[in-house]
Amino acid sequence: MRYVVIGTGVAGMSAVEAIRSMDGENEIVMAGDDPHGYYSRPGLAYYLSGELHDKALYPRTDADYNRLNFHFVKAQVKSIHKESHTLEFDDRNPLSYDRLLLAVGAQAMPLKVPGATLDGVLKLDHLEDARRILKAAHRGRAAVVIGGGITALELVEGLLAHGMKVRYLLRGDRYWSNVLDTQESRIVEARLQEESVTLHHHAEITEVLGKSGHVHAVRLPDGQILKCDLLAYAIGIQPRLELAKGAGLALDRGILVNEYLQTSVDDIYAAGDVAQVYDPMTGRSVMDSLWHPARQQGYVAGLNMAGKRTVYSKAAPLNVTRLAGLTTTIIGTVGGGRDDDLVGIARGDSETWRELPDAAIAQSGFEVNRVRVMVGENTLTGAVIMGDQKLSLPLEKMILGKVDISPIRERLLAPGSRIGDVITEFWTSRNSKN
Amino acid sequence: MGILGLFKREPSRHTVLAAGQVVPDTARCVQCGICTFNCPVGIDVRAHAWRGEAVKHSTCLTCGECVSRCPRGVLRFERTDLFRKGEE
Repeated sequence: MRYVVIGTGVAGMSAVEAIRSMDGENEIVMAGDDPHGYYSRPGLAYYLSGELHDKALYPRTDADYNRLNFHFVKAQVKSIHKESHTLEFDDRNPLSYDRLLLAVGAQAMPLKVPGATLDGVLKLDHLEDARRILKAAHRGRAAVVIGGGITALELVEGLLAHGMKVRYLLRGDRYWSNVLDTQESRIVEARLQEESVTLHHHAEITEVLGKSGHVHAVRLPDGQILKCDLLAYAIGIQPRLELAKGAGLALDRGILVNEYLQTSVDDIYAAGDVAQVYDPMTGRSVMDSLWHPARQQGYVAGLNMAGKRTVYSKAAPLNVTRLAGLTTTIIGTVGGGRDDDLVGIARGDSETWRELPDAAIAQSGFEVNRVRVMVGENTLTGAVIMGDQKLSLPLEKMILGKVDISPIRERLLAPGSRIGDVITEFWTSRNSKN
Repeated sequence: MGILGLFKREPSRHTVLAAGQVVPDTARCVQCGICTFNCPVGIDVRAHAWRGEAVKHSTCLTCGECVSRCPRGVLRFERTDLFRKGEE
């Protein structure tokens, strides 16, 4: 009996742990093309900003790996032969499997404009990408960043930290418009400008111009030319579906799996950024691109592979990130399309909730604070907490735990409501009762 | 902040030093390792965060380096039950 996990990210690592917790005997192989194996991909942002040494990105020691007792095969899997349960590699002998997990993740969408393959046009997927960026980042030189979401800002911040003059080009009229509301976007943009980032709204590039094979400038639709020594992009990610496609697995936007993380083919499972997971609660198949769900999916897939039938139940998505130096927690449903069952409320600042007891303090000391809460029928369904994070943990528990907020619903929605005060009071009195 | 301000801060700091421990919220952690990297006594805080365990390490100074440096608010101080009764 042999388990094979393709992919070296958190979903794969978590699956190995789950399998080993059930099966101490049989062989486990982890195969992947990233030469650095398992490390913290989200941590690359802090490696770029200079807060971390690259050696600190590896969460596991050799002793940990010995305890888990698995082999690592550093090679790219070329194809899966589902009938014979065999994997083919480019430069080594085929490997048979009894149970297979596809945890190959997602990769940056390629930039498709003329000149995109010039030297100095960079993305941020892997440790090698981060090293390339650091090598190309020179103090006083000019950089252009395009794209949106968290990764684009990580690029901006990383390049700023190395003294580059950064221009950030946005296609629309504000930053991350399908998650943040207008005010939140403006807060982020104002802070970027304070950090001397030049923002260009309604801007995109039509061509990358080079000199001797290296990026030299970018051209905008109106013909304007911006000189730069480096162009970094983060225009989205796409799941790595090639292997699954070749093996004839059922696909939609990702590899379709049921609540046990099984694909349409016997003995093949999928988890993490590549998987599109059926959610029995909503009847929909959804994709997440978040670290913690990837870990949980990997774990559940591993248990099922080892014979312990386990359902994956999706929690409200949670992410904490730094946007222009401002810690921001995003929980549940906060943006995107309009939902008529929801009433969004947003206010600026308050006083009392900065005095929550020690136990609830996650971070403090920011100058900008903003909390936005999405109020459902009886529960809170989402929140964005920017800056002061004292409300972050109570809101996380309330949203993930689907706590009944009907006693405070009206007060939350009242005009001029001090959301922070209301939530603090509710949460503190609820906890003192329990 | 003048010298008076410093004195004002002392009592709360004392409380944490005497009766606190660092507790992770695993759902927020991405294992970046900033906590472990900055721990002055070499505790692998990140491994605790992965397992969802409080840092009950005899050498932990509860200095707060890991709590304040974590970019995702994973870590917080929590009072230990041992001292709670006497204080309240």
